[in-house]
This record gives sequence, C-alpha cells and structure tokens, in this order.
Amino acid sequence: MNAPLVPSEVGAPEGSTPQLRLVGLSKHFGGVVAVNRFDLEVAAGEIVALVGDNGAGKSTLVKMISGLYQPSAGEIWLGGKQVSFADASDARRQGVEVVYQDLALVDDQPVYMNMFLGRELVKGPLRLLDRKRMARETQELVDSLDVRIPSAKATIKELSGGQRQGVAICRATHWASNLVLMDEPTAALGVAETAKVEELILRLRERGAAVLVVSHNLDQVFRISDRITVLRRGTQIGTRSTATTSKNEIVSMITGLQHADA
Amino acid sequence: MTVSTQASPRGWMKKFDAKNYVVYIGFVLVFAFFAVTQTQYFLTPENLANIVIQAAPVTVMAIGMVFVLSAGEIDLSIGSVVALSALAAAVTARETEQWWLAVLVSLAVGLAVGLVNGLFVTLVRLPSFLVTLATMGLVAGLARQLTNLQSVPVTDSTLVTFFGGGELLGLPILVWWTAAAVFVGWVLLQRKRYGAHVLAVGNNASAARVSGIKVNRVRVMVLVGSAMTAAVAGLLYAGRLQGARYTLGEADLMTVIAAAIVGGTSLFGGKGSVVGALIGSLLMSMLNNGLVLAGLSVSQQMVARAIIILIAVSFSLRGKKNQ
Ligand SMILES: Nc1ncnc2c1ncn2[C@@H]1O[C@H](COP(=O)(O)OP(=O)(O)O)[C@@H](O)[C@H]1O
Ligand SMILES: [Mg+2]
Repeated sequence: MNAPLVPSEVGAPEGSTPQLRLVGLSKHFGGVVAVNRFDLEVAAGEIVALVGDNGAGKSTLVKMISGLYQPSAGEIWLGGKQVSFADASDARRQGVEVVYQDLALVDDQPVYMNMFLGRELVKGPLRLLDRKRMARETQELVDSLDVRIPSAKATIKELSGGQRQGVAICRATHWASNLVLMDEPTAALGVAETAKVEELILRLRERGAAVLVVSHNLDQVFRISDRITVLRRGTQIGTRSTATTSKNEIVSMITGLQHADA
Repeated sequence: MTVSTQASPRGWMKKFDAKNYVVYIGFVLVFAFFAVTQTQYFLTPENLANIVIQAAPVTVMAIGMVFVLSAGEIDLSIGSVVALSALAAAVTARETEQWWLAVLVSLAVGLAVGLVNGLFVTLVRLPSFLVTLATMGLVAGLARQLTNLQSVPVTDSTLVTFFGGGELLGLPILVWWTAAAVFVGWVLLQRKRYGAHVLAVGNNASAARVSGIKVNRVRVMVLVGSAMTAAVAGLLYAGRLQGARYTLGEADLMTVIAAAIVGGTSLFGGKGSVVGALIGSLLMSMLNNGLVLAGLSVSQQMVARAIIILIAVSFSLRGKKNQ
C-alpha cells in the first residue's frame, strides 16, 4: 500500500497541476439552483468523495463534468486547460470517463467488446474488427488490475454484479486520460462485491488516476477517499481531508448542523 | 492471474444448450424426414436447388430483418415494399427499356420507405412497430394504385436473367444472390464495427449512447437496410416470375420473421445470426416444398405452415425472455 497522501484541505497536493479543477460551477433548472458555485480540485493519484443527502446536487454535478448537462455558470479545467463539453462523447474524447451506477454494459457481448464499446479496434483495408487484439488487451488490463473474471471472452451475462462493475471500472481506467467519475459505483452490490470494487478503486489511485466518487456509504467514503467534499441543497458546505475529519463532522455537514465554511 | 470464480459449470452447460442449435437440429430432422418419405423426388439436385431458389427472396429479407431485430426494432413494411419495388421495376423497364433504370427505381423505393420508417422512429420517436405497420398499409396502397391492380410482365432479358433464371459457373443465379447476401450480412454483423453497434443498441441503448455510438443513426440504418433487402427481394421475384403483381411478398412477413427468430436472432434485440437466418429460411422453404410434394391443398398448406412456424418459434424463444 502507498503511504496515504496528506493533501491540504481545500486544494489538491501542491506543486502539480490538478487533473480536474472546478471554479464556481453552477447549474440552475428554471428557478431551482441544483448546484451553486462549486469549487474543487482533484489531483492525479487522488480519490475525492462527494457526499450529500438526496437531492443535494451530486448527480447534477457529475453530469456537468461528464458532458450530459451544460453548466449555467463556472469553469471546468482538465489537466491545466479550460474545457467545455458539447455532449457526453465529447467529454470522453477529452479524457473524462464515467462509471455509471446502472452498469452501462452490453449484456450479450463479451467483456472485450464492452471494453472497446464505441471504440472498437479494426485492422486491414476493410477495417474489420480486430477481435483478437481487443481480447488480448482486455485480458492484460483485467489481469493487471486483478479483476477476477473467467475470461476476457466471457459474456457479461455470465458475470456477477461485482465482476460487471469491475469491468466497467477497468474500462473507465483504460480510457480516462484525465479523470474517472463514479456515481454510486457500489450501490447495486453486496458486501463482498463492494469490498472487491473498493480494492479496485484503490488500485486506480496507485496507478495515478484522478477519481471523483459519489457515495451514500460513509464507511466506504472513509475507507477509500483522500478528501471529502460535502454538498447540501446545492451549496458546497466544505471539503475535508479524510485523515483529519471524523464521521460526526461529515454527518453534521450533510445534515445542516454545521454551516458552510465561508 | 485470472481465476474462474463462478458459474463455469453453468457456462459450460449454456454453451451446449440445445436451444442455440434448434434451427440446425430442426433443419436436419426435416431434411431427413422428407428424404425418407419422398425418396424419389426430394433428394434430386433440381429439387434441392429449387429449395434454395424459392427461398432466395425470403433469405435476403431475413438477413435485413436480423439487423432490425438485433437493434431492438421491427420492420413490418417489407412485404409491401416487395410488391411496390417489383411493380416499379417492371413499369420502368416497360416504359424505358433500360434494365439499370428499373433496378435504380426499385432500390430508390426501398431507400425512400426505409428513410421514412427511420425518420419517424428516430425524430418523432414512435415505436417501429407502429411506424412500419402504417407504412406497410401506405406502400401496399401505392402498389395497388401504381398499375390499378394490373400485373405487369417483365420481358427485359437482363432483368430476367440477372434476377431470375440465369446461371453462373453452373449454379443458378439465385443461389449466388443468396450466397452474396449471406456473406455481406455476416461480414457486416460479425466483422464490422457497424454490427457491434447494432447489437449494442438492441441490447442496451443507453450504454451504447454514453459510449459514443450514434444510436439514432444505427436505427435509421437498420430500417433502410431492411427496406433495401425487400426491394432486392422484389427484383428477385420479378426476375424469376417474369412479372410483377401487387400480391408479391404479401405472405412473406411471417416467414421472414420466423426464419430470423428460428435462426437464433432475438425478438428483443441484442442478438442476431445471419447464418441462422439462412438455415431458418431454407427450413421454411423445405417445409413448403415438402408440403407441396405431400399433396396438401393450398389452404391445408397455409394451416400447416402457420402451425409449424408457431412450434418452431416457441422452441427457439422458450425461456429466453427471462434470461
Ligand atoms: N433535469 C432536471 N430538471 C429539473 N430539476 C432537476 C433536474 N435534475 C436535477 N434537478 C433538481 O436538482 C436538485 C439536485 O438533484 P440531484 O443532482 O439529482 O441530487 P443528488 O444526486 O444529490 O441526489 C434536485 O432538487 C432535483 O430535483
Ligand atoms: Mg443522485
């Protein structure tokens, strides 16, 4: 295991360009302010957890960073460059990968076709699918991340929920050049499978990925994150280093017993 | 290191599940049955070629249908496209005496109907079931109007040879058409990104969308492809029968869907087999052929065929829905 990072509480570790920087990011739906002036930096090799009650604005924030919603105001920076996303595939092209709660996998296709879904490798002048190479690269990837599946050629339908989420996370890691976003990645999983997926998320950090994860499970948040940022009714209450905060403090930030920092 | 953690015995059994081979088993059984009971005629080369030839239009359309069903859509308009395409080709050939213009007009009919289907499914967001049910009626009406219910003979020798009675390297041209359709369909579905995208859209459209696949474009493409195969089927009928009539293709819809489903294509999207559709189509053709040889009347044949289709489809769909 790596020594835990001890970042400053608000920003990413100093001296490096953050992979993700959000400045005053806001989203209004008509009169509803779903997210109001949200600021955050996530560095490479860092896991930041986003927590908050139902309706706090977590999914809205994730959707802005993944290109599904256009922000009403504010800036998104990736690897030191300000960006905007026309749509979700544009965000993917710019290095943001999302692991969806509802498993965006194609059940009747093999693991390797899912790994390359929408970006299939082709060969030759006829641009025929290069199944062999996709299966090989997938096998190498799942092996290196220690995701235990029968084979890269197994059909998704044959896999357990945890194995499927493992595949989805592998895919995100493989393609993300800037950031992996996860919205409730273990919400649909049992205890043992959740533990597996948490191990996998920690392995992403070792490989230097920047991860922003939404979770309802505070125990999980304390097990895997480096920092925790709290939203309540669209307002960012504050960001804490996981090593120096407590569950009580985070709970009171979520529920409103503690007021916004600034 | 990769360890098989679970489900390997189940996976093993699944791989050898007879359900996946229903069409091949059925094909062999029916073939054997007719070979034994109709010994003197069924096994002759002419009769075997005849089975493939008579199946040709249905085979071509079944391959188009494999893509539509795989993408989670359905196309009910193909039967009437057959009639309009054949009549439009026959009329064009009669008026202009240009076989290539007749072919172009026929394909244009397919393209137009496919685009209308595709646009209503994607832009207006209507289920393909409804859209193609409506265009089925619309196109059938146009086919009846075009020649005022009159049949039109096809005398152009190129059309009659190339789409009908011709031979190439000792094999009937319709066998070549069948082979070409199967080859192109198989490559598209199994070896091209297009096929992977069709299957992904039919299996999980939202997953396909967030993966950057142009879901609506795929839907338009499968419906255009299917209408184009129906247009080609219209040409094959016009060439073989040396004429066109508004009734052409009107009984084919059920056979085409049955051939695709019996061949292993899912009615619910995400799974398709081109080779299975070929075998399914040949199976249907063989049954027709055998029923005729067995001396059944036309109405008896209709009843027998419907019962057989129902049984065959039940076999291949049983238990699949809940997986
Ligand atoms: N598409 C939308 N249109 C209108 N209001 C929305 C939309 N999406 C979210 N909201 C509103 O924004 C707020 C935040 O929602 P959401 O981001 O889903 O919260 P969370 O994921 O934290 O539970 C809620 O009040 C919700 O009703
Ligand atoms: Mg949410």
